[in-house]
Amino acid sequence: MYLYDDFDRTLLAERVAEFRGQVGRRLTGELNEDEFKSLRLMNGVYLQLHAYMLRIAIPYGTLASDQMRKLAHVARRYDRGYGHFTTRQNIQFNWIKLAELPDAMADLADSRLHGMQTSGNCVRNITTDQWAGVAPDEIEDPRIWAELLRQHLTLHPEFSFLPRKFKIAVSAASHDRAALAIHDLSVRLYRNGAGEVGFEVGVGGGLGRTPFLTKIIKPFLAKRDLLSYVEAVLRLYNQYGRRDNIYKARIKILVHELGAEKFGREVDAEWQSIKDGALALDPAVIAEIAARFRYPDYERLEDSPPALAAARKADARFATWVDNAVSNHKMPGYAIVTLSLKPVGKPPGDCMADQMDAIADIADRHSFSEIRVGHEQNLVLPHVRQGDLPEVFRALDAIGVATPNVGLVSDIIACPGLDYCSLANARAIPVAQEISKRFRDLDVARGLGRLHINISGCINACGHHHVGHIGILGVEKNGEEFYQITIGGRADEKAQLGTLIGPAVPYDDVPDVVEDIAQAYLELRQQSDELFIDTIERVGVEPFKERVYATR
Amino acid sequence: MPLVRSGKIVEDRFLRVADGEPVPERGPVIVSAERFLADADEFAQREDAVGVIWPNSRNVSELEPHLANLALIALVFPVYKDGRAYSQARVLRERFGFRGELRATGQVLRDQFLFLMRAGFDAFEVAKPADATAFEEAARRYSVFFQPTGDGRVTVARVRTSRDARPVSVRSERVSA
Repeated sequence: MYLYDDFDRTLLAERVAEFRGQVGRRLTGELNEDEFKSLRLMNGVYLQLHAYMLRIAIPYGTLASDQMRKLAHVARRYDRGYGHFTTRQNIQFNWIKLAELPDAMADLADSRLHGMQTSGNCVRNITTDQWAGVAPDEIEDPRIWAELLRQHLTLHPEFSFLPRKFKIAVSAASHDRAALAIHDLSVRLYRNGAGEVGFEVGVGGGLGRTPFLTKIIKPFLAKRDLLSYVEAVLRLYNQYGRRDNIYKARIKILVHELGAEKFGREVDAEWQSIKDGALALDPAVIAEIAARFRYPDYERLEDSPPALAAARKADARFATWVDNAVSNHKMPGYAIVTLSLKPVGKPPGDCMADQMDAIADIADRHSFSEIRVGHEQNLVLPHVRQGDLPEVFRALDAIGVATPNVGLVSDIIACPGLDYCSLANARAIPVAQEISKRFRDLDVARGLGRLHINISGCINACGHHHVGHIGILGVEKNGEEFYQITIGGRADEKAQLGTLIGPAVPYDDVPDVVEDIAQAYLELRQQSDELFIDTIERVGVEPFKERVYATR
Repeated sequence: MPLVRSGKIVEDRFLRVADGEPVPERGPVIVSAERFLADADEFAQREDAVGVIWPNSRNVSELEPHLANLALIALVFPVYKDGRAYSQARVLRERFGFRGELRATGQVLRDQFLFLMRAGFDAFEVAKPADATAFEEAARRYSVFFQPTGDGRVTVARVRTSRDARPVSVRSERVSA
């Protein structure tokens, strides 16, 4: 966990006081809605179809059990008893009243939580690997760097009114679990040929109506230079990013129009003039931040305790769940447990207040009071003793978060869509529900192996459909909902955008189309361990296209 | 539109001269960027103070050779969510060392005051009279600062790592040049 100090607490209290004043000025009419809009957005407050929505940041996806209980409290006291975990390590409450927002924020601030910079044209919540600090394949804890960036970019006086939003992701593992390539700025920690650890920096990724993957503009950046380099990127973007057209205002368009090489040279020129100034990172500052990430007092344990093998033998459901939802931990005898927020037929990412409280209790008993939130809209218990797994399974199963579908066809990422969002053209959540019902037989789902479906209810692509193995985009035609299907996208270290397979299909046909694609895969794959995404890479999209449109 | 300087509502001693209008012989004036650059040599000879209103779409490095002859630069916020002038201000102050008045003009609300001050502005043409009155309160809204900018406010990182911790709100040093 990261230990907050008086500075963090003071800042949050000052922020709540400021927002209370802004809401007061809005309610008296001193601020008009247009003036209030940017101010509320920078505190995570959206105006949606039915009500205000409050988005809370979960920095680098790390949540303490008392914070989870506070989210449950806010869900009950100010909302309708549930929250929705998003694809960017945030949680959203959909039914908050404007007049009560300052009180909700004050309650959250008591537990070090806030909605600062979770929306608006500023630097958003900085995300990272939900397994940070416990993943066997990472070289360092990426949260130290995410936290340094978070602090530097919180209420930054120069970069709070950018042309458009700006999203940063940090990863330090060989497997990219942070979807680096679809961010405005990506920071990948790695060891270079000379044995030094530094950053590879990419810019200009993003989805929406003009999807791009990041382009690397700095193959190796020394640690001391992280803040100055990011400052140089943001200074260029703030001055030269387009402000004449909201759809062309993201940095990806600037990078595309200038060309990544030229953009990189311009950044370098700016960076040269500031890199040795006040932003050069003092090792003492890095050490101070690193020291405030506390790790559990792990016991010395052996991997695979006999009790685990016995429990697997005794209970087939348990064994199935372990194979699906439990991953290797860097400490022997411990495990990383993923909690599926994708029960069959329910909205992806939703969590009830009672579930939040129960998860907090389970985390206290079995995971050193720590919970993680991942971009796939699932939760994680990051430090579970392998010997505790049977008990943890029973507890999670009892509250409905042990569906063994992690990474499978029904582990769907979906935006809120037309059920909540004023931007949407089509529903997303009901599509996810229908697909997960179609694949409710988990043996069938397991037979398909790893398969990511992403659904967006409009071209803004909050459901990241471009990078789903199967991507589904809702569009509106003559007042009816249609869905465009792409396949072959991925958001990991081999990130690529999916390919459109043909004309959009009506709402009712989507589960059939997914089933056709799945069936085609089963017939095309070379052996049972060739993943869906690898089959597409080998055979291309054509055979899938033929299969889907042969009868349509 | 009230002008706030040094935390107080003050009379604007500068006269804003529109393009095409004659520049009066005496008294401080503010002229457009085009006019200033066209007649830079003439303005350099002028005894009384000269200021320029500089659009947020134009590179401030064009002003660098003329900074010694400028008493004031007014940077523009066409709408308050257009934040280009924050970068211009920091470059003028921190890179080019401009010491004259740096004035924020356009849609300037109280919610920006502290950001503006941190970026190097020291004068504010405030859109709403109530915001001008609330200047002092808005400027003291925050006591915690993470970024080292030219305003010299001590950063959290500096306090956390220094043994003789000082209060964060004291403006005791220039952190970057």
